[in-house]
Amino acid sequence: MTQEIIFRTIHCTNDLPYGGIGKPLNTFPVAASHITRAFGDFKALDDVSVTINAGEFFSLLGPSGCGKTTLLRIIAGFDYPDSGSLTFDGKDILDLPPEKRHVNTIFQTYALFPHLSVYDNIAFALKLKKRSKEEIDEKVWRFVRMVQLEDHVFKKPSQLSGGQKQRVAIARALINEPNVLLLDEPLSALDAKLRQNLLVELDKIHDQVGITFIYVTHDQSEALSVSDHIAVMNKGKVLQIGTPYEIYEAPATEFVAKFIGETNYYPATVVSFESYKDEYLVKALVPELGGEVLVTDFEPQEPGKEVAYTVRPEKVHIATELHTKADRLINSYSGVVEEPVYSGFQSKYFVKLDNGSTVKVLKQHENYMDDGPDIEWKDHVYVSWSAEDGFLIKEMGQ
Amino acid sequence: MKWRPSELRVRKLGMIYSYPMGVWLLVFFVIPLAIIFLYSFLTRDIYGTVKYPFTLSAYQAMFSKSYGVVLFRTIWITVLSTVLCLLLSLPAGYAMARSKNQTFLLFLVMVPFWTNSIIRIFAWITLLSSEGILSHMLQSLGLLDQGMDLMYNNGAVVLVLVYMYIPYSILPLFTTIDKFDFSLLDAARDLGATKFQAIVKVLLPNIKSGISTALIFTAIPIFGAYTVPQLVGGKESTMLGNIIVEQVQKARNLPLASAFSVVLCLASTFGVLWMLKDAGSSKTKSSLSQQAKVEANVKLSHQGDSNERA
Repeated sequence: MTQEIIFRTIHCTNDLPYGGIGKPLNTFPVAASHITRAFGDFKALDDVSVTINAGEFFSLLGPSGCGKTTLLRIIAGFDYPDSGSLTFDGKDILDLPPEKRHVNTIFQTYALFPHLSVYDNIAFALKLKKRSKEEIDEKVWRFVRMVQLEDHVFKKPSQLSGGQKQRVAIARALINEPNVLLLDEPLSALDAKLRQNLLVELDKIHDQVGITFIYVTHDQSEALSVSDHIAVMNKGKVLQIGTPYEIYEAPATEFVAKFIGETNYYPATVVSFESYKDEYLVKALVPELGGEVLVTDFEPQEPGKEVAYTVRPEKVHIATELHTKADRLINSYSGVVEEPVYSGFQSKYFVKLDNGSTVKVLKQHENYMDDGPDIEWKDHVYVSWSAEDGFLIKEMGQ
Repeated sequence: MKWRPSELRVRKLGMIYSYPMGVWLLVFFVIPLAIIFLYSFLTRDIYGTVKYPFTLSAYQAMFSKSYGVVLFRTIWITVLSTVLCLLLSLPAGYAMARSKNQTFLLFLVMVPFWTNSIIRIFAWITLLSSEGILSHMLQSLGLLDQGMDLMYNNGAVVLVLVYMYIPYSILPLFTTIDKFDFSLLDAARDLGATKFQAIVKVLLPNIKSGISTALIFTAIPIFGAYTVPQLVGGKESTMLGNIIVEQVQKARNLPLASAFSVVLCLASTFGVLWMLKDAGSSKTKSSLSQQAKVEANVKLSHQGDSNERA
């Protein structure tokens, strides 16, 4: 009892909203290297290497069938790779069965035991370990309070809502004090609003317990908003590993650029480059934009190289009048609004340029507009963006 | 209760639809059963029919020593065969549920149903008799004395009974295991259970309904088995079914035959009731002590909240 109050005092100084689970948990880095796994002719994982630092929130992001869940199952011990190695804290653990790895999983459908109450679900692991009744009782209630399910303890999983089931799954996994928590699309079964709340909740729990979270998702906005690092996967390959910022602002491949967020994407050829500040200013020929554009890049680009030129819709300015400031770094085009899509806080415009190509533009509605958005269907507009806002994709086709 | 017109129509029609079946059941099931029940309390007359007065003598005779042995034997053969059926069909049902060739495996289980049961029993006789393949093989290996056979004993009865009724056990187990969410086994392993623990603590409790159906579906026909003990059993293999036939056809003691039938019916009825009760008890009610625990912990959380504010 006193311990509980002391603990609560500690947690409130940390400004954490949960009952807390006592001592911080140990964690370790996870490294997978050159993992290959094939199911028949289908290569689910093709020479995949990722290193996950101790204590970070790491996301495996990709469309369904990209191999992210297979990789998670290999880490959990439910699947075995054809080749490659997997280490926890530097030690090879591929031959350990799932029950011997200090890893717990939150399953996509939660996999709560339907024949057991919430209490017995959470107590499952401790009962297997043959802990004393008092210890189990004390610990289960501590975790029940942490996930705020006091009123539902003696219910069966079938009597719970999706969000409650999810919280039972979290408590059931964390009560084992795992070193790493694996989450297999834990929010995909919930509605959008609840998903946002639970995502924030998961992030808070992560901050609180401090262990490594490996989070599998196909939802790029989920991954961007909570992850320390993201590995973007497609067709069994890891295409890029980076912080959410790097993944969004500097996608390495065509797939990453198109999968994360929206973008205007045009094939291009490098014409020339010159140095600009601490970067390079590349001149590229973009037929779809009817000529040459200027774009900044970290590296010099060989003239004649086939690349892709892309710019995010929210970085494109749209106006009914031509951009006044004449600057060679501004790419500017005129066109007609083909399709305005109003969605409250922002509008999306599909602008057909004079040469026939389409540019997507996102405009945030910062000010209140009496008569609706000031740009409407069939309006003649100018779209423009700075050379620093576009980027080049050098790896195409994947 | 007030029904909306459409509802009324549906209910009335439903009743009308059910009449043919109800009449059929009444004439060919309920009335004969009532007659048997009545006969079991009557006295046998010298022509092999029944006469008044009402008496319990048939039931007394049933528990006499000679019939008591048969009753006891029927019970242990039933229990042993049923348990063997269950133990064999659990892994079989599991394998079928996880297999990619479910249709083919189901087909294999169903094939014996298309063959007359007498023919299948005779097939076993050719295997087990002294000139049979199995006996011959064991004899040449020196494991069985020359001229001896494997038939006419209780072991043969149990063997053939298990063979005859195992599909009735495999099918309900297969259907429940097929519906089982196998990710629960992964979850159990994830939480520290070994393969065996995962099966015992997660799979079995979740396929309870299939297990009880399998038990009932095999136990009831085995309890009333007649042909198998008659054809492959020995003198010491008589079961209740054989006694009933013997009493009707040879001894012409209808009250005793009826009394045995009543016992068989009651046993099956209790079995089915047990199965239904088991299926209905999935809801939980929290007890008073559980309620108290919830309240105490809610309080504890509130205390924490007020500490937070302080």
